[in-house]
Amino acid sequence: MSGGPSGPDQEPATDPKPAMDPSADAGPVIEAEAPQAASPQAAVPPPLPRDPVARFWSVAAVPIAAVVLALLVGSLIILASSFFAVGGFEPLLPVEAYSSLLRGSFGSVNGLVNTVVAATPLVLAGLAVGIGFKAGLFNIGAQGQFLMGALAAAGTGAALAQQPPPIAIGGALLAAAIGGGLWGFIPGALKAWTGAHEVVTTIMLNYIAAAVIGYLITGPLAAPGFSFARTGPVGNAALPIILGRNGHLGILIALLAVPLAYWLLWRSTLGFELRTVGANPNAARYAGMRPGLLTIFTLSLCGLLAGLAGGGQILGTSGFMNASYGTATGFDAIAVALLGRAHPVGILAASLLFGAMRAGSGLMQIEARIPVEIIDVIQAVILLFLAADVIVRRILRLRAARSGVDEIQTVTRSYGEQAAR
Amino acid sequence: MEQLFQTLYGIPLLGLVFQLGGYLVDRLPSIAPIVLGLAAPIALGALCGVMNERSGVVNIGIEGIMLIAAFVAFVAGAFAADAFPAEGSDVFGVTPALLIGVAAAVISAMLVSLLHAWLSISIRADQIISGTIINIAALGLTGYLNRLIISANPRAGAGTFKSFNPPDALVDLPIIGWVLNMFLDQGPIAMIVIVLVIVLQIMLFRSRWGLRTRAVGEHPKAADTVGIDVIALRYRNVIIGGAFAGLAGAYLTLEATSSFQNGMTSGRGFIALAAVIFGRWTPIGSFGAALMFTAAEALGVAIRFRPPDGDLAALGDVMTAIPNQVYGALPYIITIIILAGVVGRSIPPAAVGQPYYKESRA
Repeated sequence: MSGGPSGPDQEPATDPKPAMDPSADAGPVIEAEAPQAASPQAAVPPPLPRDPVARFWSVAAVPIAAVVLALLVGSLIILASSFFAVGGFEPLLPVEAYSSLLRGSFGSVNGLVNTVVAATPLVLAGLAVGIGFKAGLFNIGAQGQFLMGALAAAGTGAALAQQPPPIAIGGALLAAAIGGGLWGFIPGALKAWTGAHEVVTTIMLNYIAAAVIGYLITGPLAAPGFSFARTGPVGNAALPIILGRNGHLGILIALLAVPLAYWLLWRSTLGFELRTVGANPNAARYAGMRPGLLTIFTLSLCGLLAGLAGGGQILGTSGFMNASYGTATGFDAIAVALLGRAHPVGILAASLLFGAMRAGSGLMQIEARIPVEIIDVIQAVILLFLAADVIVRRILRLRAARSGVDEIQTVTRSYGEQAAR
Repeated sequence: MEQLFQTLYGIPLLGLVFQLGGYLVDRLPSIAPIVLGLAAPIALGALCGVMNERSGVVNIGIEGIMLIAAFVAFVAGAFAADAFPAEGSDVFGVTPALLIGVAAAVISAMLVSLLHAWLSISIRADQIISGTIINIAALGLTGYLNRLIISANPRAGAGTFKSFNPPDALVDLPIIGWVLNMFLDQGPIAMIVIVLVIVLQIMLFRSRWGLRTRAVGEHPKAADTVGIDVIALRYRNVIIGGAFAGLAGAYLTLEATSSFQNGMTSGRGFIALAAVIFGRWTPIGSFGAALMFTAAEALGVAIRFRPPDGDLAALGDVMTAIPNQVYGALPYIITIIILAGVVGRSIPPAAVGQPYYKESRA
């Protein structure tokens, strides 16, 4: 299999990691496995400038431009749909829509808290996808891991509802972490031991998770006395409110996860190995690392994070789970990780952006009569500009800026090699 | 004879297998048309997957393409039904509005596929990310426009194609009667699936285009060396594949139901992906896989309403004890098992997922 057309595909030419953090001791080692055959199309990006402002721009210019361009495209869509929304051409409708979106998300204390609460699961699930990217894995299964974490938290929370809060909360969160982690371990183990590609297995596991939830919530976990199938109330396992009206403890967990993820990726040996495997599995194996084990570890960790996101939602906001519990958090997480360029700080920023759009969209629908689904459209357009970053760079005349998604160039390339070891 | 079966059914454990066979022979004929109807969109999606992956492009955006096509089919059909009201024809109940809906669905799906082709072939973006973007965009865009257009006109719609009613003489034929009925008691889109499958199977393995497609999917460099235009061929295949996904979308809103709901593809595009893997990247194989997947689902429903009884009571106990969700999740579980190579390996085309650089040194 490795005899295939491999030249430009396997080189870690677009790997920006050593430069991203020059102070890290990881630098020289990765540089040692420098690209062998740089084709003109996949040129090595220039090293990052030392000046912090210039450095920020060279990393963030494309994502920020993508967001701005997507908002512009969104305003065109709103303009075009004004015939349906308000029954006539209304040139100021985009301004009206965006201003109520802003007021809904940042205009009041409640709005701000709503933004943070909406961003919380996105941070954790976004890290679950982003850390996977760093290890060269595309974790489409964040949705399933999120749901399994939610299920575990709902079941355990209901069982521990009468226990003292520390035990109940601790137990339910632990269950969420284990539930999600297990759902990440399965594709990790399958990839490490059999070569089954994680993209397909995690998609399948998303649906299997939905089936498991459908069974458990209508069956063994169903609480008596409700008109529809749902788990019992989580009682003492509910996360305490620490911010405003509905800002729950999950916010703190998400905020803690960001520096932890950063430390893991750039300050620990494990993270170094993880990124090396992501950049070049063969080099990693040659250097004595064990890609299989690292794959299992990474996907389990990703699952754990996504599971915590799901657990936080159940214990912090909804308080129970029903059979059709389905938010698209796991899919938004992919968008967050891509926009945040798989960097913990970027993921935090992207989550806040998407959280703000979610939190403000309700007011926008009421005031400007633009359906909340416009948020999904704008998110998709952002991703489109990130993927087609050539356009963005042409508009900005940014030759030097890095592309939006260059961290993850190795992901799909391995698709054809699955099951062929 | 009766006694023979009773003895067979009585064998511990193995008897259950015989009972399952007996149950299927008894029950399948009556649910077969439903099974094929359920399988039609999945099989069409799988044909799209085969077209893409055989030429070296991963397309996990089938789900999104299907959803957009389903929406466009419904809206175009509804507007056309307003503009040209007409009685349906005797066979299939064809109206101009329905045909316009199908055409619009196919064209829209080809346009979305063009986007995927451009992103993954020309821009060389990550193909899985491109597909993911299409899925997210489809969900958002159709949800948005659904609220804006369809919810405002709740009674709009073009109706549906009607099933063809095969003559009784044909249906009553022994042994093959129910198979004929399965393929004939269908609307036009479901009926055409089997034709497309066979044509594509022959084309892929017996035509010049098929040989070139497979060459490009396995070793694009070699194909390029002998003068095949890799980029053009991939573009063409991705776009034509999109047409199949478009038909699947039209099937959902113009044949299976007469309405559009948000996210109504509900994972069919992903099951199609599974069917491609299970069918080892061949049209016939993935059609079979789609049939098997939906048969499992239909069986799950059938068991709830009429579990095996009498001679088959033992089987009935086992099958009703299995939670209903298991039958629904079977396609996904089977796909993972297949991918893991527990029951035979399924090896994808070698160059799948790798963008092609014409001038690179490789």
